[in-house]
Amino acid sequence: MADTREVISSGNHLAALASADAGCRFMGGYPITPSSEVIEQMSDLLPKRGGSCIQMEDEIAAVAAAIGAGMAGHRTLTATSGPGISLKAENLGLAQMCEVPLVVVNVMRGGPSTGLPTRVSQGDVRQAKNPSHGDYRSITLCAGNLSECYTEVVRAFNLADRFMQPVFVLLDETIGHMHGKAIIPTAEAVKAGIVPRKQFDGAPEDYHPYECEHDQPAVLNKMFTGYRYHFTGLHHDKNGFPTEEIETCRKLIQRLEDKVMLHTDELELNEEFMLDDMTGEEGEVLIIAYGSVSLAAKESIRHLRAAGIKAGLFRPLTLWPSPEKAIKKYTDMIKNVLCVELNIRQYTEEVERVSSRLDIQGLFKVNGRPISPHEIVSKVKEVF
Amino acid sequence: MAFNYDQYLRLEKMPTLWCWGCGDGVILKAFVRAIEKMGVKQDDVCVVSGIGCSGRFSSYVDFNTVHTTHGRTVAFATGIKMMHPDKIVVCVAGDGDALAIGGNHTIHGARRNIDMTLIIINNFIYGLTNSQTSPTTPQGMWTVTQKVGNIDPTFDACALGIASGASFVARESMLDPKKLEKIFVKAMEHRGFSFLDILSNCHINLGRKNKMVSAMDNLNWIDSITMPVKKYNELPEEEKLNYFPTGILKEDTNVREYCDMYQDIIDAHQGKRANITQDDFEKKI
Repeated sequence: MADTREVISSGNHLAALASADAGCRFMGGYPITPSSEVIEQMSDLLPKRGGSCIQMEDEIAAVAAAIGAGMAGHRTLTATSGPGISLKAENLGLAQMCEVPLVVVNVMRGGPSTGLPTRVSQGDVRQAKNPSHGDYRSITLCAGNLSECYTEVVRAFNLADRFMQPVFVLLDETIGHMHGKAIIPTAEAVKAGIVPRKQFDGAPEDYHPYECEHDQPAVLNKMFTGYRYHFTGLHHDKNGFPTEEIETCRKLIQRLEDKVMLHTDELELNEEFMLDDMTGEEGEVLIIAYGSVSLAAKESIRHLRAAGIKAGLFRPLTLWPSPEKAIKKYTDMIKNVLCVELNIRQYTEEVERVSSRLDIQGLFKVNGRPISPHEIVSKVKEVF
Repeated sequence: MAFNYDQYLRLEKMPTLWCWGCGDGVILKAFVRAIEKMGVKQDDVCVVSGIGCSGRFSSYVDFNTVHTTHGRTVAFATGIKMMHPDKIVVCVAGDGDALAIGGNHTIHGARRNIDMTLIIINNFIYGLTNSQTSPTTPQGMWTVTQKVGNIDPTFDACALGIASGASFVARESMLDPKKLEKIFVKAMEHRGFSFLDILSNCHINLGRKNKMVSAMDNLNWIDSITMPVKKYNELPEEEKLNYFPTGILKEDTNVREYCDMYQDIIDAHQGKRANITQDDFEKKI
């Protein structure tokens, strides 16, 4: 295919390449296992393209510098792992409040705290939903194979500019350090698909960056272009200036909610693997998994099918907001549901909420090791 | 003719939330006059502030303005400056911002010698939040968090700036607005990290709780603890303890600026120059 290329690379390297190809021109980073390869790659890729990649003094400064570049109007990246997100949380809240687009790659490792730095986990799924205090809606994507380390990061940059807010891309240690062949879009195809953030081109006195429809993001013109306005983490008015006016405050926070939640159709992306022959008859098994775990899940489904058990996988690529309707559809139809996660119930609870079912089975592993297809097969045979 | 500030102020945001007689207003006006004197366009200036009374500075001046999180001004400004090395980037921070919660960013911004001006409005107290101890609160003073007297040693901000590698370090106070204006011009025209410790009054939340009942008492106190650096240098060592030297304490125009150095990285990656080695630097360790 003309629009794709075949590369041999790793998940972290592909995330970096995707950023550069998607037009990212600044990265603020700080070394942290297992994500360090992202900044190592970006420190080559960005200056080659005339951009900047700085290793800052700490995780907080790394995200702050990235947001600063975003405020100035550029596509910008930071990459880290769970402990880094914990440190960045306050400034991520500022980016939500100011509506500054930013891509945050989190290569998940075992937690809490220092946890298992070199081992795999999906323990930051809940953290990605609400890393900072207050009301806002996180957009969180999750790559499930090498190619998606590239395509999901590209998607994240376009969504960040569309929704004017940080977008998380969750990788995990397994996929970040996985090395192999990947088929990814060409740089030209990615470039052609870039939808830059909206800009206001009228007279500066008519420009009100935060005066927008109730379900639309702010329109933030690039800095130094003659449209002088204000960024603040305080509740703010149409020009970005602090206010405590009751209705303005309410509308602002409601808009942060609605700009995402009324447009989830633009965010949702799922993979339905061997689900098309499901009819709802007795004995069918629905596995819900995401990220690197889905690779094991797919393999297990092949084994289960060979053993006469009709199993299929539902895999969200956009974790937050969750694909409520799709989850509801399959959990309504299929009786036996198994969630497989490298954490304890972090997404299972979301499946329970959406499905209104409390009989969802779970296979959870939190010892830093990946889940094998064999473990999933055994679990299915044990519980159903 | 009296200076007309209107062009540079967001008049619709006035009056400021600062207390009557607050030094922040004096500093703001001196800053505006400095910008006018430099003849730069408002569109080419970015003012980044942190949290506290000084944090509101950015919302009152008509430039590209950013009110960030507590202590992180220099870090945010670094991202802006790296992408726009030709623009004027100014950080305005309080003593708590720059020396406590954001101390790390102050150190490393200065170390990189990235071209920005850090104006620390140092009023010796957490004023906005009602008199908690700051890193610059003198020992023995009363604060709400140390009601029997502050024991925490006092921070000499400029000593930190010099040690961290800022290539321009100066201290002035709001007592002399003309000097302030001049130092702002010098700092902003200096290519490199300009570190300014600007002493200011908080007669409401420092002064009246520390036997400086009127604003004038607070100003007189600032006057009594400051001394021009030339005169200060002539003092016997034991007398230096009780004064902060004012004026330019360090000015080094030979240190390379960070964005300029980063251009070397870009050039090396693009094959326009050889890789950077230790031979490129005079200092080997």
